[in-house]
Amino acid sequence: MKAYRAQLTLLVALLVSFGVSYFSSSIDDYYLDILLNVGINIILAVSLNLVNGHTGQFSLGHAAFMAVGAYGASIVTLEMGASLLRMFGGEGWFATSMTFGIALIIGGICAAACGWLVGVPSLRLRGDYLAIVTLGFNEIIRVVLQNTNSDGPFGGALGLKGIEPYTNFFWVFGVAAVAIYIVSAMVNSTHGRGFLAVRDDEIAAESMGVNTVRYKVVAFVTGSFFAGLAGGLYAHLRTTISPEGFNFLKSVDVVVMVILGGMGSTVGVILAAIVLTVLNEFLRDFEQYRMIVFSLLLIVMMIVRPQGLLPAGIWKRRTKA
Amino acid sequence: MDQFLQQILNGLFLGSIYALIALGYTMVYGVLRFINFAHGDVFMLGAFGGLLLHKALAPMLGGLHWSVTLVVVLLLSMAVCAVFGIGVEFLAYRPLRQRPRLNVLITAIGVSLFIEYTGQHPKVFGATPQSFPAIIPSQNLSGLGSLTVTNTQLIVLVTAIALMVGLRFIVMHTRLGLAMRALSLNPTAAALMGVNNSIIISFTFGLGSALAAAGGILYASLYPSIDPFMGVLPGLKAFVAAVLGGIGNIPGAALGGLIIGVTETLVAGYSQEFGIPSGYRDGVAFVILILILLFKPSGLLGKVEREKV
Repeated sequence: MKAYRAQLTLLVALLVSFGVSYFSSSIDDYYLDILLNVGINIILAVSLNLVNGHTGQFSLGHAAFMAVGAYGASIVTLEMGASLLRMFGGEGWFATSMTFGIALIIGGICAAACGWLVGVPSLRLRGDYLAIVTLGFNEIIRVVLQNTNSDGPFGGALGLKGIEPYTNFFWVFGVAAVAIYIVSAMVNSTHGRGFLAVRDDEIAAESMGVNTVRYKVVAFVTGSFFAGLAGGLYAHLRTTISPEGFNFLKSVDVVVMVILGGMGSTVGVILAAIVLTVLNEFLRDFEQYRMIVFSLLLIVMMIVRPQGLLPAGIWKRRTKA
Repeated sequence: MDQFLQQILNGLFLGSIYALIALGYTMVYGVLRFINFAHGDVFMLGAFGGLLLHKALAPMLGGLHWSVTLVVVLLLSMAVCAVFGIGVEFLAYRPLRQRPRLNVLITAIGVSLFIEYTGQHPKVFGATPQSFPAIIPSQNLSGLGSLTVTNTQLIVLVTAIALMVGLRFIVMHTRLGLAMRALSLNPTAAALMGVNNSIIISFTFGLGSALAAAGGILYASLYPSIDPFMGVLPGLKAFVAAVLGGIGNIPGAALGGLIIGVTETLVAGYSQEFGIPSGYRDGVAFVILILILLFKPSGLLGKVEREKV
């Protein structure tokens, strides 16, 4: 049984989220909205953690991949939704689920493809370049989307509206569970030691025969894929998206979650995603101080506690002692 | 043809400012091997420094020639930003000197965001763009045929070149410059030869920040609308310029800045003819960055540097 514990946990998580989803109509709308936001942010934080935490690279453009996924999935449901629904039997949960699932995966694949395009040139070099390239990519995606034709499929500066509200509890937390499972499975496997090796000492890893570029690209593309899924979920939760919603600040939000939780610590990052999302919700009145506090937090954390509040391995050390 | 020449000229004016900012990136990279993300924000602070100093000093300098005002405002703002740059290095980067590079990078991003969002607060600069005073009374220069060049543009170019020549002198012909070059070649050996690394690093930050501040004032003289986020895009483009010239290489940064400026203006000038919205001009630098990283990561004038254990 022990060998399958992770898979069992995943199964239980999926069943629970399906069960909760069944009763989600009895949850207050406001709290349900916050819950779904928490779930989407968990997906974003866990996927960014694979790049920034486990592999030791630094991506600053997670929101850009989210944007690609959001636009990709929304265009699928807006332009081809009707024919997809018909293909799967018109009405009913099966048809909508299949349509939404296909849209999400197409969005995720688009984001992964962008991640590959951006990652290959910059990941051959040192980590700093990835930061600046992803930062630039974040700006470019926004500029390009804003300059598209307003009656074309991308909707220009106003973005897209009238997206079907397909996102529900099951989808968000199902994808979150899968993201956590896949990231943990990747990192904890024999193969996955490569990620940690790249993070801990790239030169040593390379001289031991680890193909560092390949590991970095795999991590980055996987991270981008899940960011794309999160984007698709976000689009079908909000039902309207605009280029401005995926700006650099959204990326910084996710970076702060990863750093606060502890780079490379999945549990820490999940907790940070929950806490920061809820805090953001309740501190709306202090909006203009939010980024000042976040930026100070980044500086102080790096000086005082760079490993994060809940670093990886904190649990193991306790059981040994 | 005239239009082409005009675009090249406009590109050179813009590029000379990018070059000033790029020099700061490249010098800090040379001594500390890290990208100072907050550099573009020092550029913004330079412009705001110019605005505030001009406001404060206007009564005193009122009767004098505008060139005196320009020089005083420029030098004071450069001095203020130099002190600011040294302070940031001392408070935020120095405690991390022995830590992994990733940590320093994250701190730099934190510093950059902190400057931008503190500046955006209504009690500091406010989020709405402010107009930069016309220190130089603008007029078109005559005798250039169909080309239009304003005296502002010419002064920007001349000032930028003068500053770059001054920097060249400091780096190549003074003891501090010698120490800077030694430090960037090999920090340990430099320390053993009696170079006080900490002082040289502070000096480099001060020098780079002063150049960025000058760039900010010159930029604001050309495009007189300034806001707390004005440094983000020029900063990014100047970084690309530094990488294009070969990061760590001082003449390379100047060359890279000019190339980026000219390319950007040419694309903005001709893109409409190919049906591309001019909003894409900001993408040019990014495309150039990707291309350099793919084909010549060491830059035009840079040396290939193997990372050693």
